[in-house]
Amino acid sequence: MRLRFNLLFGGAICLIILTLGVFAPLFVHHDPILDANLMNAELPPSADFWFGTDSQGRDVFSRVLYGSRISLTVGIVSQLINSCIGLLFGISAGYFGGRWDEFVSGLTNVMLSIPSLIFALAIMAILGPGLGSLLIALGLTNWSWTCRIARSSALSLKSQGYVQAAKTLGYGDIRIMFTQILPNMIGPILVIGTLGMGDAILAEAALSYLGLGIRPPFPSWGSMLTDARELIAVAPWAAIFPGIAIFLTVLGLNLFGDGLRDYLDPHMRTRKA
Amino acid sequence: MIPTILAVSLLIFVIFSVIPGSFTSSLIADGKGRNDPKVVEQMNKEFGLDKPVYQRFGSYIINLAQLDLGQSFRTRQPVTHMLLERAWPTMKLAIAAMVIAILIGVPLGFVAALKPGSLLDTTTMIAAVSGLSLPQFWLGLLAMYVFALTLGWLPSFGYGDGGIRNLILPAVTLSVAPLALLARTTRAAVLDVMSADFIRTARSKGMNAYRLVTWHLMRNALVLIITTVGLQFGSLMGQAVVIEKLFSWPGLGSLLVDSVSMRDIPVVQGAILMIVLWFLIINTVVDVLYAVIDPRISHG
Amino acid sequence: MSAPPLLEIKNLHIDMRSGQERLNVVENVSFSIGAGETFGLVGESGCGKSITALSLIGLLNRPLSVGQGEILFKGQNLLKMNGSELRRLRGNRISMIFQEPMTALNPLATVGRQIAEMFVLHQGSTWHEAERKAIAALAQVQVPAPDKRVKNYPHQMSGGMRQRVMIAIALACHPDLLIADEPTTALDVTVQAEILKLMQELCDQRGTSVLMISHDLGVIAKMCRRVGIMYAGHLVEERAVADLFRHPAHPYTHGLLASLPVLGQRTLDERKPLQEIEGIVPSIAAFPTGCRFEPRCTRATPICRDTVPGPSILGDGSFVRCYHHG
Repeated sequence: MRLRFNLLFGGAICLIILTLGVFAPLFVHHDPILDANLMNAELPPSADFWFGTDSQGRDVFSRVLYGSRISLTVGIVSQLINSCIGLLFGISAGYFGGRWDEFVSGLTNVMLSIPSLIFALAIMAILGPGLGSLLIALGLTNWSWTCRIARSSALSLKSQGYVQAAKTLGYGDIRIMFTQILPNMIGPILVIGTLGMGDAILAEAALSYLGLGIRPPFPSWGSMLTDARELIAVAPWAAIFPGIAIFLTVLGLNLFGDGLRDYLDPHMRTRKA
Repeated sequence: MIPTILAVSLLIFVIFSVIPGSFTSSLIADGKGRNDPKVVEQMNKEFGLDKPVYQRFGSYIINLAQLDLGQSFRTRQPVTHMLLERAWPTMKLAIAAMVIAILIGVPLGFVAALKPGSLLDTTTMIAAVSGLSLPQFWLGLLAMYVFALTLGWLPSFGYGDGGIRNLILPAVTLSVAPLALLARTTRAAVLDVMSADFIRTARSKGMNAYRLVTWHLMRNALVLIITTVGLQFGSLMGQAVVIEKLFSWPGLGSLLVDSVSMRDIPVVQGAILMIVLWFLIINTVVDVLYAVIDPRISHG
Repeated sequence: MSAPPLLEIKNLHIDMRSGQERLNVVENVSFSIGAGETFGLVGESGCGKSITALSLIGLLNRPLSVGQGEILFKGQNLLKMNGSELRRLRGNRISMIFQEPMTALNPLATVGRQIAEMFVLHQGSTWHEAERKAIAALAQVQVPAPDKRVKNYPHQMSGGMRQRVMIAIALACHPDLLIADEPTTALDVTVQAEILKLMQELCDQRGTSVLMISHDLGVIAKMCRRVGIMYAGHLVEERAVADLFRHPAHPYTHGLLASLPVLGQRTLDERKPLQEIEGIVPSIAAFPTGCRFEPRCTRATPICRDTVPGPSILGDGSFVRCYHHG
């Protein structure tokens, strides 16, 4: 029961946030960037401004809704990059073995010894702020676990009968990796990917908060919190709502990821009578 | 550990060497992005940036071996000094956060595991997954609003005189994620051990619950818990950067963030290297502890 | 028949609860074990013999629990005892050996410590004394170089050695009753024989009663005088071992014996093909209302389907639960 709850509840949250983000223009009646009006600054939540307004009189509700586009883009795209890198390195390392495997394993260990947020920070330092840099920075720094899982399952799948059979049939290495090995590890990779998306969204918020990610005036949940810190005493709503948005999105992804893992790997304990 | 350190320093060096344009030009550029070629040349010379990459890496490593991380572009102080100055506050913050996480997370996970499916268990696990989904700096911001600005119980930011009052808010904020993860791991580890055959044996010996738990259950669960603690230090150090910035805590993290925005590359390199070194030291300690607890490791 | 038996189980019911449902995993089981006697309990896996054993020392885990019945040990009802009374009995007066020597010992403690624990728990020894007694206990189960072996961890020992350690733990406090749950199933055949011999010798010397649980009739024949046959949570037959082998009464026992290869029948005429019992053991949720063996039984008649047969006395404390025994 709990298993299905995680999967359904998490999935529902993700779906709702995705819908709100994609169809944001339908739900708001203030432009998130242009409708700045200092006359409206720091207004508490009201019928017109559901989540209140920020220091420049912009509608927090519409900024939160539009902000989901950036968070979701960062989450999805950067995690896709991570998964591709991890799969590419992991499968090839497990499949070919030898020197290449040693190199990849070494690289993975080095990657794991640098806290990923700090690594991303370093890359942002070089590339400068912006959405593109964020996607690259977060996409290059969180693939180690995917790589490890992919490597170990490629290693064990390699010796299985049907992969050997495919080899004797004269299938090429690339074809075997894509058609025989990859499909068999899709489950765990999806789980790591879902949880990784949550990490990426949290990292984006942190980097943007530090002023290294998305720059104002574009609405990102993280950068909204940067502004909000200064006026937390007068306009707490400007801090509360973007934070709740981050929390709900990541919670949805985490629940969905947990549910997916339980679904794929039911931890059934059989008791002896 | 040494090869990893070398690899990490190479990686960091490479990343900062492939940047388009030179630091110096962006460092001394005026408001319109122009700069005086003569000044750039002079600065490049001063920091050895006119030499070819391999030579620079060579001298970087040689200096590193002598614990010399170069000098800051900005303050011209030796980087090592700047880092050492900032190391203690960060260490204090990280250790305090981890101690809070262990002291609360482990017992919580343990109690939850005793009655799986109970109200307490369900509540704890929902709280744990929520704790892992929260942006910690946001939580810190709210805590600052409530406990410092509204109630006035604690100082809202800064290091103060280095006492405990200034430490509480940042440390508690930073402890949330490791606490949540430890509660989850402990619960899973305890449940795992509880169903083990040797626990049934121990019960058949007629021992009381206290002895069963301390001698047979906890020791075995500890192996898993300690691994989590070690791994968590990495992301803890990452999160510390944001929390330090939020609470204006004068540690490595805020130094790193400031140096990144100033493009003070030697300091950035040094700070990252220092954080990695720490993480590696802690993981080595964890490995040693692991071998102390689990004879299967040390005896092969 | 004059002295009361050491252990007497009367109408034991063990339930499994899942939600509102209550399933009878073990139903109406009664048997007794005299002082110094070795009693065998035989059945296929899942027939309830292990949980019957666990219930004797109060180690049933949720969702299992004793529904009704009495377990009298030296005349005292174990089911009425509180936690600390039971703990004083457990390991001390009644102890247990489990099937898996590989996992039954704590991997993080030396075997010496795990044996010594018994003396500390039940005899109030100091750890120092207990360690010395542990060496002696290890010597009694014929582990070579016991003074060195006490410092070993379980992973440094073979399966047979670990099972000897388990025996040393179980017999450490000279219990009155030893429950051995498939003690040799996980071991090599040669090691099996050694372990059984060791158990028999030590228990004979000390007058320890044994409840021997096994699916292996060969082991039972070697070790026991009396035996109970369990099928799907019912004790279907209880006999002296010699009688059972000569004249099995219950159709299930018949089937069990017919499925054994018989040594000593040398001529082709004497040899019969091995037989198997048709069908499978029903799952707990689908136990028949009448005789639980009825769906697989060749002698079944309509009455078998409706009501559980009561015990038919065969003399000398033996009985069989079957309408068509013989």
